[in-house]
Formats: sequence, C-alpha cells, structure tokens
Amino acid sequence: MKTDVVDLYEIRKTIHPRAVHGRFAAWRWALVWATQLVFYGVAWLPWNGRQAVLFDIAHRKFYILGFVFWPQDIIYLTVLLIVSALSLFLFTAVAGRLWCGYACPQTVYTEIFMWIEHKIEGDRNARIKLDKEGATANKILKRGSKHAIWALLALWTGFTFVGYFTPIRELWGEVMTLSTGPWETFWILFYGFATYGNAGWMREQVCIYMCPYARFQSAMFDKDTLIIGYDPKRGEPRGKGEGKGDCIDCSICVQVCPTGIDIRNGLQYQCIGCAACIDGCDQVMEKIGRPKGLIRYDTVHAMEGQPTRILRPRVLIYSAVLAAIVIAAGAGLWMRVPLKVDVIRDRAAIAREVEGGLVENLYRLQIMNTTEAGRRFEIAASGLPTLAVATEPAVQLAATESRMVLVRLRVDPGQVKAGTHPIRFHVRAGDDEQVAVQEKSVFIVR
Amino acid sequence: MSLFTSGFWDIYVAGLTIVSIIGCGVLLWFQSTHRTSGGETSGHVWDEDIKEYNNPMPRWWSWLFYLTIVFSLGYLAVYPGLGSYAGVFGWTQVQQLEEENKQAQAVYGPLYDKFAAQDVVSLSKNPQALAVGQKLFLNYCAQCHASDGGGSRGFPNLTDKDWLWGGTPEAIKTSISEGRTGVMPPWGQAIGDEGVKNVTAYLMQLSGNAYDSLRAYSGKEVYAKTCVACHGADGKGNQALGAPNLTDKIWLHGSGEEIAETISRGRQNQMPAHKDLLSPAKIHLLTAYVLSLSGK
Repeated sequence: MKTDVVDLYEIRKTIHPRAVHGRFAAWRWALVWATQLVFYGVAWLPWNGRQAVLFDIAHRKFYILGFVFWPQDIIYLTVLLIVSALSLFLFTAVAGRLWCGYACPQTVYTEIFMWIEHKIEGDRNARIKLDKEGATANKILKRGSKHAIWALLALWTGFTFVGYFTPIRELWGEVMTLSTGPWETFWILFYGFATYGNAGWMREQVCIYMCPYARFQSAMFDKDTLIIGYDPKRGEPRGKGEGKGDCIDCSICVQVCPTGIDIRNGLQYQCIGCAACIDGCDQVMEKIGRPKGLIRYDTVHAMEGQPTRILRPRVLIYSAVLAAIVIAAGAGLWMRVPLKVDVIRDRAAIAREVEGGLVENLYRLQIMNTTEAGRRFEIAASGLPTLAVATEPAVQLAATESRMVLVRLRVDPGQVKAGTHPIRFHVRAGDDEQVAVQEKSVFIVR
Repeated sequence: MSLFTSGFWDIYVAGLTIVSIIGCGVLLWFQSTHRTSGGETSGHVWDEDIKEYNNPMPRWWSWLFYLTIVFSLGYLAVYPGLGSYAGVFGWTQVQQLEEENKQAQAVYGPLYDKFAAQDVVSLSKNPQALAVGQKLFLNYCAQCHASDGGGSRGFPNLTDKDWLWGGTPEAIKTSISEGRTGVMPPWGQAIGDEGVKNVTAYLMQLSGNAYDSLRAYSGKEVYAKTCVACHGADGKGNQALGAPNLTDKIWLHGSGEEIAETISRGRQNQMPAHKDLLSPAKIHLLTAYVLSLSGK
C-alpha cells in the first residue's frame, strides 16, 4: 500500500474576505452599532452622582443603574450566566449560529477591523496584490497606518473595558497624565492586545480552533435548525449556458466568506452563520435575473422538501426552563430587600449574669445598608418571654455602609429554663416597613 | 534546605524533570507529521456514520506547545524546581512573606506610630484610635472578655470601674503585655466546712447582701486570721496582688454557691501575656481602648 507523509500542522492560509453589502450585512452593522454604542457609551453614563455601571472590585460594590449589588448577591450573576447560556442554546436550536454571525465580540470587532482594513488597503483583490508586493514604501505606509489605527482602537477598547472596573473619568485623567496604576496599565494593555490580536490577526482561527461554544453547539443542531445552505437542486450542475443550474460558479460566495469555506460543500463546522454568502449570491442572482435564495437561511428538512417543525421537544424544554428562571430571577430582583444582616453570636462568653438577676447574651450584628441613602434601622428580637434588647435599639447607617453593631439581649431566667433557645432578630428600616430582615440565632441560659 | 538525606534524590528529581521536558519536545517534533495510506478520514467511525477527518491543526497551535517548553525551562532557571537548585532569582516563600510583612508595616506602621506617640488618656478619647482599637480588641480580646468587653463568668468585665490589678493606663498596659496570674489558695482544709460557711456569711454582710448574723460574727474572726493578708481588713482587696474587692456586688466566679466553693477550693485565673504576640504600638492602642470601655 502506498503511504504519504502528511504534516499534521498546516500553515495558515491568509483569508482576504471580499466586502459584501446586502440585507444581512446591514443587520450585522446594525448590531455592531448597537453593541458598541452600549459598550463604549455606557461606561460614561452618570447616575446618582456616580458611574451608572461600575464594578468596584476594590470596595466589593457592583453598581448597575439603580441597583447596588454586594458580593452576597452573587446568585444574580449565576442566574445571568445561566440565562445567557440557555438563551444561546435556545437560539441555536431554532436558528443556528445567530450569536456567532451577528453579536459575538469576535465577529463584531473583526467586522470593524476589516472595515478599517478595507478603507486603507482596498478590497480583496487590492489586498492580495499588496500581500505579494515587496517592502515598498506604499506597502509600509498602508500596513503601518492600518496597524496604528487598529492599535488605537484596540487600546480604546481596553481602556473602556477597564473603565467598567475603575471610574472611567478618573481613569481618563490618569491615562492623559500617564499615571495609571500597574494593574490598570496591565489590563488596558492586555485587553487592548487581545482585541488587536483576535480581531486583527487571529480572526477565523478563534472561531475554528479556540471557541468552545463553536465546538459543542453541534449538539443543539438538528434537521429543523435554521442553517445557511446552498440549494443543490437549483444550483447544480454549475456553470453557464444551456442545461446548467442557477449557480454560475462565480465563486463570490467563497470570496466573501470570513472563514474561507465553500458553502456549496454543505454545512461545515467552520461556518459561523454570518450570511455574507447569502448577500453575495443574492446580488449575483439579481444581476443574472434568477430568483434570490440559491444560498439561503433554511432548515435541512425544508431543503429536502419536508416540513420544518419549530416546536420540537428541545425547543420547548429550553424555552420552559429559560422562562422559569427569568421569571424567578425577575421576581427575586423585584422583591430584593436592600438590607442585609449577619448575626454572629459571641462564642466564648456564652451567657452572663447582669444586675437584676437577668441573663445576658451578646451578638455581633453586621448590618449592611445596600441603598445609596443614609438610613436608620431598628433592631428587635423575638422568641422568648421577657427577651429584650439592652443596647441602643436603633442605628443610623450611611449610604452603602456596612457596620458591626454589638447587641445585648436579656431575659429573666425565672421565666426561661436553662438551655439553648432559638430566637430571631428583626432589623427594619425606620422609614419603610417593607425593608426588613429576619435572622435566626440562639439564646443560651445556664 | 535539603528535603532529602542524600544528594542523590536532588539529582534524580532534576534529571527526571529535564528528561521529561525534552521528551515532550521530541515527542511533539516526531508527532507533527503522520504517515498515512491516503484517504481523508482517520478510519475511526462512531455512531455508525460519524467519521473523523484528518483535518490538520494550525501551525501556530504547535508553536504554543513549543512555547510552553521554552517557558518551563525559563521558569526552572529562575525559580526553584530542579531538585535543590534555588533558581537565579533565589525566591523563597519565607522571603516573600517577609517582604509582604514589610509592605504591610510600611502601610500600617505610620498609623500605629502616630497613635503610639500620644498618651493613653488622650487616645482613649480619640474616635479614630478607638475604631482601630476596637478591631484589635475583637481580634485578640473578645474571645474571653466578650465583644463588648463585658466579660462573663471567670473572665473579668472591663466595662465597670472595678479593677483586679488596677485601672491606671500603666496597670492596664502591664496586664496586657505581661499577663496576670491570680491565685486564691484553697482554705477548705484549714478552716473546715463550718469556717467556710461562716466566712461566706461575713462576705455577704460585707457586700451588703442578706446574711446570717450569727455565722457572720464567727466568720469575721476567721476572716481576720486568714483573709486579711490579701483582701485587707476592710475587705477592699489589694490590686498589687490581684486580690478582689469583696465589698461590692461584683463576683467574678458567681455570687451564689460559688463563693463558698472559691473559699474552700481556691481559684487560679490566668490572663495570658501578649507582648510576644502584639507590637508595643498595638498594646498601647489596646490599653487606650480598654480604658475607654470603663470611662463611659
């Protein structure tokens, strides 16, 4: 048997996608604008005299518009991640790689970077020609300015990203005076480099070799999933003239593909569902006077002439779970009490006698005011006869303050037998009965 | 510091590490090409019709592999990892701890120095100092004296004005840094059960409680012979010895049956010394905080 030696690692073939216009390209640009206006813009939005969205890790406070989240609220982050994952599953089951094609940062930044590249170096053919040129002044100038603009945009992205974790207006001042702290500098450069590297250099390599989502989404595909497909019944045999199909083999669909595949070979794992080939092919069909949609969004079933079922068990299950979690999280957020209380009982000094023959227990209450206004909180306890608070029954907390308050509770040992008794602390805002928290603890009499 | 009794094992570990790393590189090199009899798939088939294509990996992926080898060699050159070789940087965990301690000292040292320069009485009225003092108290003192300094049975209350060993700043500071050992000898054998009961009755009288006057009368005689040496003729105690005042209503070990038990069996109470645990500046600040507890 004849054997060949093949290289298991191939040198990457540079892809020069041809610029494309059309319905789906317009949608992608709309999403580029929408996501980037939010990303670059929201960091600058003021709210209540502070940044509207700020993840203040140093002080462990996470501001999102009117909400102030504390580390104890991590459940909401978990819910957000679960909702994101389930939405991704649902969209994928119904409509394939919608996220990949239109909203994924990798796609969005690649789109922006390619637009810059296109403006400076020209379209596909001009870029291929430029590639082959030696080190001419023209090439150095074009390539140099392209990378300079990429780098600036990437740094701005890194700066904006860090601006969500440290107040962006102060950060801007620091950047202008080159006085950013070591970690701020590191993360600005890190995210800048990641943007530049991923959108400028890595591009489709990220989707094909690095992205985990791209790898496991095939598990969500079935024959009723919307994919981008070429209709061979209409297209074949390719070519021009009598007896040929609608595909004139112009290869536009291959030239516009950002991952360098030929969609006419069928569904491939490299396809990110960007629909550039649909836009490209539709234009050609229009020119040659054939109906659009030789390459189109469709399901495998529809391509085979069978009916498509949208409501499959997997779609229903994803939807039901997603709806349940969204409703539960929404209700949780709606009913969230902006007050947190932790009770720690003094452990060594179990119980002590005080004047009047009363028994006293001591507790440390960590009271956390999670609103952005000062508030007075009333402290009470229940669960035993004669149980009374012997310390100041109210405490004034500043905005977003967390304070340890010592609370002494007393009972008359004549009314309560020796042992450990469950009790409850009641802490509530002086100005709002709804803002109240109950915490369990125990009272010990000996 | 050598982990092994014989230098052989250092060389063994270092050799094994180096050979493994080089082995990884060699393996990678020889596995970058593949001899195939043609055909697009690897020949593996799953689930009846899923075949594995021979799609090559990108070249940069293998560079990443080589990069990890370069990184590991560089890492082993500068950090300890090859047997007992210390690495070019000479890094150790102990050294890192010391450096971090030094950094913490640089940050917090000036704060404590500022407080250490002021006298205890004025510090005990300084809210900023008391805020820091409370944190120290909760860390080091609250386990016994309770979070509010109110103590509990066997552990003195620091919030009243009754001091076993004195309530001056100097006395408090000595209690914290040197510790105290309070000893009440057992008198049960010497004065007998009746003696104990009588002295207890006398103490009830001294502290203004209801008492049996007959027993108290006898108890006073026993007291004058056995107790005066430490607790004084008037029963007000002696702070030099840590002997408590018996004329107030404060009973560290309990005010009922426990008084007779204290007399009969004695007590041993220990306040541990903190001078080896806390810096002088922290003890200074704690002294001020403890003073403020009883000053309210």
